[in-house]
Amino acid sequence: MLRFAVRRLFGMAAVLFAISVIVFLIFNVIPNSDPAQRIAGKNANPELIARVRADLGLDQSIVTQYLTMMKQIFTGTLTSYASSQNVGEQIWKGLPATLSLCIGAAVLWMALAVVFGYLSAVHAGKFTDRTLTILALVGISVPVFWLAAILLYYLSFKAQIFPTSSYVPLTKNPGQWAYHLVLPWITLAVLFVGFYSRVLRSNMLDVMNEDYVRTARAKGISERQIRIKHVLRNSMIPIITLFGLDFGAVVGGGAILTETVFNINGVGLYAGQAIGSLDLPPLMGVTMFGAFFIVLFNTVVDVLYAFLDPRIRLGEAAPA
Amino acid sequence: MILSVKDLTVSFATDGGVVRAVEGVSFSIDKGEILAIVGESGSGKSVTAQTILGLTRAPNASITGSVEFDGRDLTQLDDEALREVRGKRIAMIFQDPMTSLNPVYRVGEQIVEMIRAHQKVDKKEARESAVDLLRSVGIPNPERRVHDYPHEFSGGMRQRVMIAMALALDPDVLIADEPTTALDVTVQAQILRLLDKLNRERGLAVILITHDLGVVAEVADRVAVMYAGQIVEDATLDDLFYDPQHPYTWGLLGSLARLDQPRPIRLAQIAGSPPSLLNPPTGCRFAARCPHEFDKCSEPPPLHGDRCWLDPADKRRLRDVDGHIGLRKDVAS
Repeated sequence: MLRFAVRRLFGMAAVLFAISVIVFLIFNVIPNSDPAQRIAGKNANPELIARVRADLGLDQSIVTQYLTMMKQIFTGTLTSYASSQNVGEQIWKGLPATLSLCIGAAVLWMALAVVFGYLSAVHAGKFTDRTLTILALVGISVPVFWLAAILLYYLSFKAQIFPTSSYVPLTKNPGQWAYHLVLPWITLAVLFVGFYSRVLRSNMLDVMNEDYVRTARAKGISERQIRIKHVLRNSMIPIITLFGLDFGAVVGGGAILTETVFNINGVGLYAGQAIGSLDLPPLMGVTMFGAFFIVLFNTVVDVLYAFLDPRIRLGEAAPA
Repeated sequence: MILSVKDLTVSFATDGGVVRAVEGVSFSIDKGEILAIVGESGSGKSVTAQTILGLTRAPNASITGSVEFDGRDLTQLDDEALREVRGKRIAMIFQDPMTSLNPVYRVGEQIVEMIRAHQKVDKKEARESAVDLLRSVGIPNPERRVHDYPHEFSGGMRQRVMIAMALALDPDVLIADEPTTALDVTVQAQILRLLDKLNRERGLAVILITHDLGVVAEVADRVAVMYAGQIVEDATLDDLFYDPQHPYTWGLLGSLARLDQPRPIRLAQIAGSPPSLLNPPTGCRFAARCPHEFDKCSEPPPLHGDRCWLDPADKRRLRDVDGHIGLRKDVAS
């Protein structure tokens, strides 16, 4: 267990390091990204630009610039070029909204995916399965921004069933919090419901042909129990892996579009604005934050895996 | 007569057409008897065994004939009624003990699940029975092992767990579908001895499905030989080995490696391969591979006894190959 933890920690550090280098380099090679030029304004003279550049430390070597930025990240002093706000504070401020959106959507997508995937597998080839298959494909294919716009237009603007936008903190009013988040949750969950229910369906159909399911049937267990205790239980193992990856990714930036369309003041919206103004520090901050979540949830999944599948022991290779 | 299968036919609709996996199979078994069903892969022996418990029921499967047990026809029972029979009255163990246990549950839980599916007992009581069962099939340290997962057992020990589970509700019949095929030879002998012991001590009727005549000789009282979905010969153990009636059986016996004879350069084999069950011949299904084929073989063979048109006296002459039973290479009749 200790070996596992240590190895994981090293892996995490390596991944984060690699990501930071890549983001930094990409930012430095894309055209028109010189922050000094942007901050100094459209008609600035070269001296002004040079002064801004010196202020921001952009006249130093690229390695020094990178090291300075890393130092700022670790000391929590990273500030935006555009607004001079502290990046860490901004991310921290956006976190409750982003987590509210992502956790709610995750609960919704897992619940619906399990129900739909289960029904689809149990009724494979029949009407229920065909209908759910079509719905799943629609869910996977629909672009998030389009779905968000349609939901907003018809359910908020036309029918006025749901509020139009923005976020109400949970601590302020739990009812309003949920009410305001219903549409964003649906928007964010639809893709995953479609995808996960398909994966679960095919896992279940595979597991149904396993020898141990035949054994269970020969034992005289009811079909319902076989499906839940033996088929569903074993089919969930790969789903958990997917979930860990996707949930990390959604928290770490996958919700940008949803937050933008619904005007939810979360980390995603912050990232969206930083991209719009090509502001490196917030981008770096948000990317590292996202990568951290993805790596973290990957580790959580590995630990969870050992509980779900007793054949897997942490720190050992999986048996063949 | 505890279980009697009559004229059982099982066919599956596939993309290539209807596969008649089992056709017109009839046999019966008495209390305390061990009946071996032998045949090669694809001969329909496993399908026959699984159909007894309704495990081949599927939208694409068609099952006719009857399986009489305890005054009822199991093929006519609905799933709920069949569930009462499964595990409780007729238990089954399978070929591959590596995959027949669910990898994510402890073996104790899997035995407890079996007991509690049929009896109203609490978990603690069921777990105690599980420990006793594991002990009775020769698993050392059952109190500790009951908490282990299947992957923590060896193949032979897993098969013992399967047997322990099968015995949990003291069934009348045990169907063992190739129980030793996946095991080492030394472990095979242990498992067979265990089955033999349970058969003698509990009066358990055992239907033993196997392709291994060595296994048959070890424990069976009676043997049914299957070929291409049909039983071609049904005989007592002695009759099968010393007075076999069907040329296919001769071929099987002739292809055994024997220690009491000079070692042959090559083991004998039966030339050709079994017919496709998509479109089996109407006459004798073995005719195309049989050196003793004659005109009559194109007609459906008799249903009683062995399925061969040859005259018994001719059979005794024809099956003799250098003083031993076997199938001749060339047509010598």
